Amino acid sequence: MSLLDFFRLSKPKTAEIAKERLQILVAHQRVERNRPSYLPQLQQELLEVVRKYVNVDQEAISVKFEQDDNQETLELNIVLPEFQSETEEVKDEQVNI
Amino acid sequence: MARIIVVTSGKGGVGKTTTSAAIAMGLAKKGHKTAVIDFDVGLRNLDLIMGCERRVVYDFINVINGEASLNQALIRDKNCDQLYILPASQTRDKDALTREGVGKVLDELSADFKYIVCDSPAGIEKGANLALYFADDAFVVTNPEVSSVRDSDRILGILASKSRRAEQNEEPIREYLLLTRYDPNRVKSGEMLGLEDVQDILSLHLLGIIPESKSVLSASNAGIPVILDEKSEAGQAYEDVIARYLGEERPHRFIESKQGFFRKLFGG
Repeated sequence: MSLLDFFRLSKPKTAEIAKERLQILVAHQRVERNRPSYLPQLQQELLEVVRKYVNVDQEAISVKFEQDDNQETLELNIVLPEFQSETEEVKDEQVNI
Repeated sequence: MARIIVVTSGKGGVGKTTTSAAIAMGLAKKGHKTAVIDFDVGLRNLDLIMGCERRVVYDFINVINGEASLNQALIRDKNCDQLYILPASQTRDKDALTREGVGKVLDELSADFKYIVCDSPAGIEKGANLALYFADDAFVVTNPEVSSVRDSDRILGILASKSRRAEQNEEPIREYLLLTRYDPNRVKSGEMLGLEDVQDILSLHLLGIIPESKSVLSASNAGIPVILDEKSEAGQAYEDVIARYLGEERPHRFIESKQGFFRKLFGG
């Protein structure tokens, strides 16, 4: 360590920050890279099917692909619109009254 | 059969053309007949770095379109008779490059040359994709800097999925790292990513570290590949790169900071 370094001890090491940011970023990039290429199309077709029955947004369906050492998981998430369930609840309450 | 090397990076300004010129000259100086091709259609620069800009008559696109023969377009280097340059077109747009056309030119070169160095343009568009498509080996040029490392990782993804070798399920492209514009003093003081940091992220086979060096600019000013400046650190570093690529074991240099006593005492 030099004399001058001694007086600027508190200066953060920006290279460490750079490395941490890159590790997160690159890990994310690689997950995306390893996804099967059919995912976007699968998501689109699922959306069309669901829309035949329920009016949902483009973002209502998420398809997640995860890879472990010995298995691959495809997680499907469909969020139904809130107001419908609310109106159903209201109906239920009315019936109760 | 020639071995096709792509010099690629994703990001611009990291030293692809400098590297292409240096390694092509290095291989040729070892006695291997080498061609170096500029894939940066519309923004050619390899001719300047190689110092042959005034001898360009026909270019890569002329050859692809059948307007000139390969022999008419290839420029023999003035410093080394084993080295030939195929310049890019300055006027056409990048759509003039086609996979079939590039493949045909590379096939024809393969019959006569030992190594073909493809100097990729920056980005991940057509020119860059075609430069890497037919490659056997990839020299990934990276600066110790966040955007360059990220882009290098993107390029690795493309090498692994969109190259000819990937599409035809052949043995994958061999990927090598060239860490350029490296400043050991700044690494030591914690303000620049070090070799280990970059390797923790990319983990590639390291061919060499090219230190930040004034001689790179002097070489490009003069139009002489920096590898011919044997006194310069960058020149020596490229010399090592070629030796390692050709199978020689050489310890890595230019990793440690060289600080004088006063600099150590008072800091950079």
